[in-house]
Amino acid sequence: MIVGSVFDFGTFISELQRTYPFFIEAGLVTIQLTIASVLIGTVIGILFALLKLSPLKIFRIIAGTYITIIRGTPLIVQIFALFYGFSQIIMLSAFWSAALALAVHNSAYIAEIFRGATQSIDKGQTEAGRSLGMSGIMTMRRIVMPQAMRRAVPPLGNQFIIGLKDSSLAAFVAVDELFRTAQGIAAGTLNTMETFIIVGIYYLLLVMIFTVIVNAVEQRMAKSEK
Amino acid sequence: MKEMIRVEKLNKSFGDLHVLKDIDLTVNESDVLCLVGASGSGKSTLLRCLNFLEIRDNGKIIFDGEEIDPKTHNLNQVRQKVGMVFQHFNLFPHKTVLENVIEAPLMVKKTNKVTAVKEGKELLEKVGLADKFDVYPSKLSGGQKQRVAIARALAMKPDIMLFDEPTSALDPELVGEVLETMKDLAKEGMTMIIVTHEMGFAKEVADYTVYMHDGKIVERGLSKDLFNNPKEERTKEFLSKVL
Repeated sequence: MIVGSVFDFGTFISELQRTYPFFIEAGLVTIQLTIASVLIGTVIGILFALLKLSPLKIFRIIAGTYITIIRGTPLIVQIFALFYGFSQIIMLSAFWSAALALAVHNSAYIAEIFRGATQSIDKGQTEAGRSLGMSGIMTMRRIVMPQAMRRAVPPLGNQFIIGLKDSSLAAFVAVDELFRTAQGIAAGTLNTMETFIIVGIYYLLLVMIFTVIVNAVEQRMAKSEK
Repeated sequence: MKEMIRVEKLNKSFGDLHVLKDIDLTVNESDVLCLVGASGSGKSTLLRCLNFLEIRDNGKIIFDGEEIDPKTHNLNQVRQKVGMVFQHFNLFPHKTVLENVIEAPLMVKKTNKVTAVKEGKELLEKVGLADKFDVYPSKLSGGQKQRVAIARALAMKPDIMLFDEPTSALDPELVGEVLETMKDLAKEGMTMIIVTHEMGFAKEVADYTVYMHDGKIVERGLSKDLFNNPKEERTKEFLSKVL
């Protein structure tokens, strides 16, 4: 029995042309999912970074525990836990349970990025602020944080790109984003290889657009300092 | 002669290391006092205790007639009156020269912006950097950075200025401009405590010099006496090495 070729270029081209309306629609869902999870993840991440930097031990323990648990368990487990578990308490749509799971997952890494960036700022900066009569909080807000934010941009950009790719796992709770759309098309046409290469190209495109944006932000921030 | 700052039986340890041992020191208004001594003798720690960047273990710090206790006093208010200049400048790299100078007046004293900018520019004029108000610190030489740092501290109109080895991180050819700025400040009657290795400057500018060794004040006197006729053996030994 001849199984047919694994990859057919003609099929690839025709499928690329035929499927793009579906993928554009799905791509928008992926973008929404990424933006929602990254924004919420950044807010939660900053909160836990501040807790971890707190002088109060109990706050540091809470933040440390949170980060350890989130980083120590697979994203797919978190997505399932939220979708199947949490939805028994509050009804969450598939989109929002996936977005929240992704946000929580990203937040642990983002917290560590902000903590690291903040701690990398020279202690002399804090001392200079305090010696001028600024309070600890004011010194943090006016002197340390603005510098830490700048330092956090490259690793944050990196984390956002990971978040974009990780959003594909939302397919498993039936969010019609890029990956689930590809699965559906592949199952229908049996053009498996072609379809997954096509969806790979869409992810790559999105990542490249994202990278350009991150680089632009990075350069803008560098410019204002030099 | 008004007393500005008095230290009584000040002790400070870092873990097992006893850095300051029963320090007694008085500085009057308009005095310029240099702290000299070998590295590790405790001079910088003493200076940092005076504006509570380090908190003393015990002993008294009396500022302007009032004993300052970190537990009951708002240290932020105390520090507004005590300017500090650091060895490594510690300018804010994300702010321009002028922004560095006006940050604390604007944020802490709530001075209005027009006044703060006007006073800030006057201070930059005074340290000879009026034309640099708009640049970021990364564009300045070490000597220029330190002069901006002095202007920044002066912007809070402090009663006393502390200098922690202000010229130690500078290339030799840039030391002069910073010492010159400090000399001008001394002439205007600013009360100054300076940790330094510049013995020539201490001898010429400081009214008093204190020699510290191993966490203790070994000798204190008028600069001309201490440098020309040191009484203590240890002081003689130290001076013979550094002069």
